[in-house]
Order: sequence, then structure tokens, then C-alpha cells
Amino acid sequence: MTVQANRLQVIAVTVLVGILCAIGVLLWQSMGSGGRGSPQTSLIGGEFTLVNQDGKPITQADFLGKPTAYFFGYTNCPDACPTTLTDMTDRLKALGPDGDKFNVVFITVDPARDTPQLLKTYLESFDPRITAATGTPAEIADVIKKFRVYAKKVGDGDNYTFDHSTAVYLMDARGELVTLIDYQEPRDEALAKMRRALTS
Amino acid sequence: MHIPSLLGAAALTATLAGSALAADFKAGNLVIHDPWTRATPRGAPVAGGYAVIENTGDQPDSLTGGSFSASSGFSIHQMTMKDGVMSMGPVEGGLEIPAHGSVKLDPSGFHLMFTGLTRQLKRHETVGGTLVFKNAGTVSVDYAVGSIGARGPEHSGH
Repeated sequence: MTVQANRLQVIAVTVLVGILCAIGVLLWQSMGSGGRGSPQTSLIGGEFTLVNQDGKPITQADFLGKPTAYFFGYTNCPDACPTTLTDMTDRLKALGPDGDKFNVVFITVDPARDTPQLLKTYLESFDPRITAATGTPAEIADVIKKFRVYAKKVGDGDNYTFDHSTAVYLMDARGELVTLIDYQEPRDEALAKMRRALTS
Repeated sequence: MHIPSLLGAAALTATLAGSALAADFKAGNLVIHDPWTRATPRGAPVAGGYAVIENTGDQPDSLTGGSFSASSGFSIHQMTMKDGVMSMGPVEGGLEIPAHGSVKLDPSGFHLMFTGLTRQLKRHETVGGTLVFKNAGTVSVDYAVGSIGARGPEHSGH
């Protein structure tokens, strides 16, 4: 009886110590990451790993050193995406020689349908200086999160669409956000912002 | 139904002359003004269809469906823009065309969604299709294809 009781006590204490340790570890972890408020959480943009329209791996590093305009969309989008690509084509041309000093990157929010091959074909209708990017669902989810992009799949079957952010993210040569260009922003204002990104 | 075919012939003539002119199509009390669409990027799987549908009659009608000769799918969609986020979804139960009123189908609101495009749409061509209404029935229309970034129908030859 007493031996059994002792054994039960030992087990109970062991379990209790285990639980307390686990709580302690959790508390310490949450204080460690949340308490310090790491600067990463306030940034827009950052590291990513994707592939371009040629199927070649690309990262943020490939676009540093030049201002970069990033925007997010998908080829099954009837209006906003071709319109933004058309506008960016027009803006690059309007900048003249300065157009060569920019990267423009169209990142799909629909990696299931937007293969590198389809993106390459799609880009043929726009300025050749524009890059398109896709990736695995996890890679796309990661870059969407880092850019604070809203993208939500709507509907099932083959004809689903996405609700998505339409702004163009204008980053400087160091990869930091300069400003956003709104959807269909007047030409002169968009060009002024792009010129600002060149000098910031 | 002689008027639509006459207009169709006129549109065809315009195409043969080298430019797609937007045209009007009539069916009963409905007038479909200037159906148009845009040139598509290469490989694009979808396109949007636009027009102004006017109802001169005393009874409301509703657009319930249709077809587009260069796509396998056709649906009626609505696009809304809020806080920089574009949302799009099908219009359920048809789109009402009020009596003595009109509904505008354009890129920023109600529009037709052509899915499963079978080919690239080129500027200055016309592409046939139909619109199906609850009361007026099936109407043949021709969509004038504008530029890739067009904001409205093109009226004059270029």
C-alpha cells in the first residue's frame, strides 16, 4: 500500500514538474519572441525565394541595387492585372533611359495555374523589362505575408478567382518601401513616385 | 429580327475595312449599346465583356447568360474595389435591367467574364457572341476589340 502510494506520488510529482517545465519553456519562448518586438515585424517586403518566367530561381538579392516595383496578381484576372502591366509598360517607356534603372516584378498569387511557361507567354504582350514570378504555394504564401498583400481565393472548380490587393509596391535599391502606387494612379503622379524611388 | 442582322452586316463590313466599330444591337425593348472587349495578353485565359444595356420598355428584364465565340465559358460578374483590394464574383440570379433604365457593364463594376479563351483577342477585330435575357430572349451581338488597356469602346476607325 505505502509502496504503491509512494510510487503514485513520485509519478504525480514527475508529471507536475514536467508540466511546469513545459509551461516555463512556452512562457520563456513567447516572451523571447514577442517581448523584444523584433524590427522584422514592422517591415514590408524582405527575403523571398521564387522562380521567374524562365523557371530560374530568384531571390530579393537579384533585385537589390535598383529600385523595384513589385505587384501581385494572376493571369486569370480580366481587368486589374493586364491594366497594371499595361500601365507599368507605359511608365517604363515614359521614363526614357531611366526606365532601365528599374526592376518591375509581377508576382502571381495563383501558383496553381500560373506556371513559369504561362507567365512567359503572358509577358510577351508587355515591356520586356518586366519579370514575372511564381513559386510553391508555401513560397507564394510567404512573400504575400511579407508584403502585407491581401489575396483570397474565391470559388471552387476551374473558374475560381482571387480578391487581391492592386497596389504597386515601390522599393528602393536597398529593398525598403518608398511608397505605393495606387491602382490606375494618374500617370504623372506615378512617374513622380518612380523618380523619387531613383533618388531615395 | 432584321435590325440585328443588318447591324451585324455593318459591323462585318467595318471589320473587312480594317477597323472594328462598336455598334448597337436591338432585341424587343432592349438596346445593347457598343459591346466591346479588350485585346488580351498572349496566353491569357480570360477576358471581360462590356456594353450598356438599355431597356426602353415598361417591364424590367434580366440578363441571365450568354456566350462568346472565342471562349468556352461565360458568366456575369461584379467587380468591386475597396481599400485597394479588387473583389470579383458571379452575379447570382441574373442582372436586372430596370424598366426605362439602363445598366452599364464596364471594367469597374458589372461585367461579362469570358473564361477558357480559345485564342488571343486582337485589337480592331470583332468577336461574335450572344446575350440571353429573361424576356427578350437570345440576342446576337458583336464585341469590338479595343486596345489592351482600353477604358471604353472605340468609335472611330484608326
